[in-house]
Amino acid sequence: MSDRRVFIKTVAAAIGTTALSPFSLVQAADPVKVGFIYVSPVGDAGWTYQHDVGRREMEKALAGKVVTKFVENVPEGADAERVIRELAQSGNQVIFATSFGYMNYMEKVSKQFPKVTFMHATGYKTGPNLGIYNARFYEGRYLNGIIAGKMTKTNILGYVAAFPIPEVLQGINAFARGARSVNPKAEVRVIWTSSWYDPGKEREAATTLISQNADVLTHHTDSTAVVQTAEEKGKWAFGYHSDMSKYGPKAQLSATTHHWGAFYTKTMNDVIAGTWKPTNVWGGMKDGMIKIAPLNPAIPAEVKTMIASLEGDIKSGKLHPFAGPVKDQDGKERVAAGKNMSDADLGKMDYYVEGVAGKLPSK
Amino acid sequence: MADNNFTFILFATIVAGTPLIITALGELVTEKSGVLNLGAEGIMAVGAVAAFAITHHSGNPWLGVLAGMAAGALMSLLFGFLTLTLLANQVASGLALSIFGVGLSAFIGKSYESVALQAVPPLRIALLADIPLIGNALFNHQALVYASWLLFAGVAWFLYKSRGGLILRAVGESPASAHSIGYNVIRIRYLATVFGGAMAGIGGAFLSVFYTPLWVEGMVAGRGWIALALVVFATWRPQRVLVGAYLFGGVMISQLFVQGSGVQLDVPVQFLSSLPYWATIIVLVIISRDINKIRLNSPVALGQPYRPDA
Repeated sequence: MSDRRVFIKTVAAAIGTTALSPFSLVQAADPVKVGFIYVSPVGDAGWTYQHDVGRREMEKALAGKVVTKFVENVPEGADAERVIRELAQSGNQVIFATSFGYMNYMEKVSKQFPKVTFMHATGYKTGPNLGIYNARFYEGRYLNGIIAGKMTKTNILGYVAAFPIPEVLQGINAFARGARSVNPKAEVRVIWTSSWYDPGKEREAATTLISQNADVLTHHTDSTAVVQTAEEKGKWAFGYHSDMSKYGPKAQLSATTHHWGAFYTKTMNDVIAGTWKPTNVWGGMKDGMIKIAPLNPAIPAEVKTMIASLEGDIKSGKLHPFAGPVKDQDGKERVAAGKNMSDADLGKMDYYVEGVAGKLPSK
Repeated sequence: MADNNFTFILFATIVAGTPLIITALGELVTEKSGVLNLGAEGIMAVGAVAAFAITHHSGNPWLGVLAGMAAGALMSLLFGFLTLTLLANQVASGLALSIFGVGLSAFIGKSYESVALQAVPPLRIALLADIPLIGNALFNHQALVYASWLLFAGVAWFLYKSRGGLILRAVGESPASAHSIGYNVIRIRYLATVFGGAMAGIGGAFLSVFYTPLWVEGMVAGRGWIALALVVFATWRPQRVLVGAYLFGGVMISQLFVQGSGVQLDVPVQFLSSLPYWATIIVLVIISRDINKIRLNSPVALGQPYRPDA
């Protein structure tokens, strides 16, 4: 390396240090910069909104120790890689990416920035500085299903879903198992919209299910349209991601809600303390990552008591929504009696359990 | 709401087709004048957010529709200024308008995302709605659904039965000839463009105020592009726009209905979801397969800039 290059580097470093010293020098007293990347706009409810609530909680809990920023509405493509790299280059020491499709870009960029900590939600690739995290959404779905089974008059439960991936199937199956545990006649009807986000189509799916006598609805898509439609038509509904009672004050029985704040705070504490390790976190009700929204007053008291006690059982590990025997739609035994489904099998779920009508698409 | 399955499917089909019809008929008039405005998606988004905001503040959905219409007209005026006055490329300007509109609507709509509107009750037409089977499906709708039928009748009459329609088509076929016999081509094209924008604005208003009474970014979800495609596949004939829009809505609702009925069906869901698109294309291509008639109906000067003095 020539002297001139060294000189330029030194000068550049000196300028950088003087100009940005309060922010860019890594000292104990300086706040750690944290970047978030979101797949959709933050909005007022939904997947991304809950992550942003988590980000704000973490920033509040660690006031003065962290500075966060976020980039929203980043498509899961080449743009994502550019945004992740940009976040890493601009001095963020921790980067949280909150959508499955960011996985390969996170892996690639994490190798180029070994000193930065990368955290990816819902993916499965890890590295020396790349950890993953997810939540057991199905635990909340199971409890929602029990309420649905108790509240339905027609025994038809409508489910508007986006794509048949394991995470969505876990939700559908847990909902069906919950409902059937208290009401063996209950049947779950699923409509796939092939889109995470199209309020018009979600509404069409919801009205279709209502026309087919479904009187309890829920959804695994990103808008509040299904809950609003149920409210308008005088049916019951469960929110998802966020508490959606604002959109269906009479209709919403409860909701399966996501809570990332405590996890983000813990991760940042570990990073600051230097004890962070690339982990695979799959948290549930026990960890406070999944909760169910306050129950609708229309739900009978004995059901409320039952839900409270089962929630305790899930937290203590006594109750697993996929405790054997688990039979799929065709009667094939997937989990034997006395066993719980393993995390690996949960992650590969590609079938409907008993109680879900219709045929799983593309099989 | 639904007397039986048939009534429900017919009802939902008409609702799903309505925003497409309103937007596509407006675009058809614009294109008949020789102007290709690809900005429908963006205009609908801006119309949707404007209508939502005004409805929320005033409590009157009709003021909202008016606002959506005005916002759409303004957007298309901007497009007209770029392409008709400054003679910018229409395809590029239209695409830019689309992207701009989607972004602008998100920016304006940020503070309205948490707001829920009261659903507007449907306008039931007495006696007609009592007809068994089809009564509730046809005559128990939002007022804008009936308005879309009136719009269809008006556009069909205007284009083919009125002097104004003849002039408009002349401008789209041969602007130089129209100019030489004394018509102001640019002004006529401005009017047609603004009409198209206003209709797309109403299409957006239908989505955010009547269809799903909520505003969220990206809620138009491609309907503007579908409307544009409908105009082309309908070979610029209003009645085929109507057929295409209801066909699209009908196949969409039917596939949802089949899924929800819980029958065992051995087809991938992706196939079902694409069904409305290709069913509409195939049917429209078949009913308008006569190449001579396509030539007859498509405006010759479509997309070409015109400068009166040249």
